Amino acid sequence: MKTIMTGAATLALLAGAAYAEGTADKRIALSNNYAGNSWRQAMLQTFEETASAAVADGVVAAADAFTTSENQTTEQAAQIQNMILQGYDAILLNAASPTALNGAVKEACDAGVKVISFDSIVTEPCAWRIAVDFVEMGRQEMDYVASRLPEGGNLLEIRGLAGVSTDDAISKGIHEGVAKHSQFEIVGAVHGDWAQDVAQKAVAGILPSLPDIVAVVTQGGDGYGAAEAFAAAGRPTPLIVMGNRQDELKWWAEQRDANGYETMSVSIAPGVASLAFWVAQQILAGEEVPKELTVPFLTINQDGLDAALETTPEGSVANVSYSLDDAKAVIAGAK
Amino acid sequence: MLARYRILLPVISLAVLLCLTFWMQPRAMSYFGLNLLFNLAVPIALATIAQMIIIMVNDIDLSLGAFVSLVACVTATWLNDAPLIGVLVLMALILTYAAMGAVIHMLELPAIVVTLGMSFVWGGLALFLLPTPGGASPAWIRTLMTIKPPFIPMAVLAAIIIAALTHLLVIRSKLGTVLRGLGGNTRSIARAGWNVTALKATAYGLSGLFGVLAGMALVGLTTSADANIALRYTLLSIAGVILGGGEFTGGKVSPTGAVIGALTLTLAASFLSFLRLSPDWQIGAQGAILILVLTARLLFSRKGAAT
Repeated sequence: MKTIMTGAATLALLAGAAYAEGTADKRIALSNNYAGNSWRQAMLQTFEETASAAVADGVVAAADAFTTSENQTTEQAAQIQNMILQGYDAILLNAASPTALNGAVKEACDAGVKVISFDSIVTEPCAWRIAVDFVEMGRQEMDYVASRLPEGGNLLEIRGLAGVSTDDAISKGIHEGVAKHSQFEIVGAVHGDWAQDVAQKAVAGILPSLPDIVAVVTQGGDGYGAAEAFAAAGRPTPLIVMGNRQDELKWWAEQRDANGYETMSVSIAPGVASLAFWVAQQILAGEEVPKELTVPFLTINQDGLDAALETTPEGSVANVSYSLDDAKAVIAGAK
Repeated sequence: MLARYRILLPVISLAVLLCLTFWMQPRAMSYFGLNLLFNLAVPIALATIAQMIIIMVNDIDLSLGAFVSLVACVTATWLNDAPLIGVLVLMALILTYAAMGAVIHMLELPAIVVTLGMSFVWGGLALFLLPTPGGASPAWIRTLMTIKPPFIPMAVLAAIIIAALTHLLVIRSKLGTVLRGLGGNTRSIARAGWNVTALKATAYGLSGLFGVLAGMALVGLTTSADANIALRYTLLSIAGVILGGGEFTGGKVSPTGAVIGALTLTLAASFLSFLRLSPDWQIGAQGAILILVLTARLLFSRKGAAT
């Protein structure tokens, strides 16, 4: 995977050079509200790599990352205003609030600055949004489960953090998938809070009351905990959909080597920052870009497991760096 | 330190920082630039005045940030959808603040504990009102906060008006003088025949009023609210008061200084961001600026006492 990524990056640079004329003097800033977990650290690192390569290659004049120190909306609003003053041409935004930055975003738009929000998006109409179709992620999980187990059976659903929109969206997709593949039935659901220890406790608590489970549908960060709970209860390991965390991938690889275990893993890659970078570059180059874009998920299948595990640092999450071509594909897909 | 020199240090701090910012970022030296630099300082200035009134009567308010957040939530929901209910709720909030002041005095409770407790009440109410970020700013507040007066940017004009009005209220008016006296020497005010409970309630009510104004101004700038939008204001407002020449000993405050303190704090954050300082260092650097100004003040006041 490393070679593929490097290859993709080289391709991106080559392609970038061809598009550099329009944006060689442009400056891009990243406004980030939080850096306190492994996902955000990976995101900042990917942005740094993409940005420094692009600057070295002359695609843009500057691409700087700024993180607010306190994850507060007022602080980030001030940060955006400072970026306007500093004369950046585009601002990439991972927002502390979907709505409370709208005033600052509008000011940026009025000053002629392009604002591209990603991951945590803003609702201000003048900004671009690179969002994740979490409903589709749930549907894809069910499609995979149905393809592996055509005869159907009982499912256990592990949900995320209650009350967060992401949790509702993924669960909605899973339920739509169950409606489509009617041979399945969800016989139990617990909240795993996207954390292995919480998921393990919750699954261990509900397992004694459940009939035979053929598959566990998850939201990421909870697959390893579910597997541990099934093992502790002495029940056969069902098909557990994983969520790209290093501990999940490691468990999966161990099981595969021991008994040929097969599954898939899906989540959103922190490299979405590099996608936002190239989308911004395309907008600055004068391309017609729709305001609503959708990020592809990072899906790992049986064949890609070893490569993904190799490139994912311990305690982190599988990542991918997006290229200019990926950005173009996303833009073309939204048109 | 003579009262009339109290204002000198904040003015100098702001001027120095402003010059440095202009030097770093010449683009800021314009109508548009000044407005961008300072418009988020307007709600902070109002919150600082609210805090200053509490500090003036020898208390401290740790609930201000949560209170301003709650006001922002009320403004973005009720005041927008049903203005009458919104106004009533905001008035009720001011009255609650006044009642809080009366209770603190009558039961002789430490303000720091009561306000800390109330901050959870405000925070809970705000979450109850707006569990997920949202709401919309009433159009008239948005218009007011984005108005473009000739020659002087809105943010600067607003700061001047706030400073002038609160100067009249706190320094010149009879009520303000008595309230400052209350902070300086409660017993003599009581012996002079004033109802101290009523005075404390008035001070807290006034503080609540400025807190409400701060929340409304903030929503006018952000266009919507969330329950945590102004949590930083608690510490920012205390720092603003002290930076502006106020003292914790009660009665010794400067409204103009407090507004300038709020502007200085906002500017300091922008300046550090222009410097490209890593966020890990920014809070520390902000603290360093604060300590620097306080040290300068201490040196000045020592010198003043010696001569």
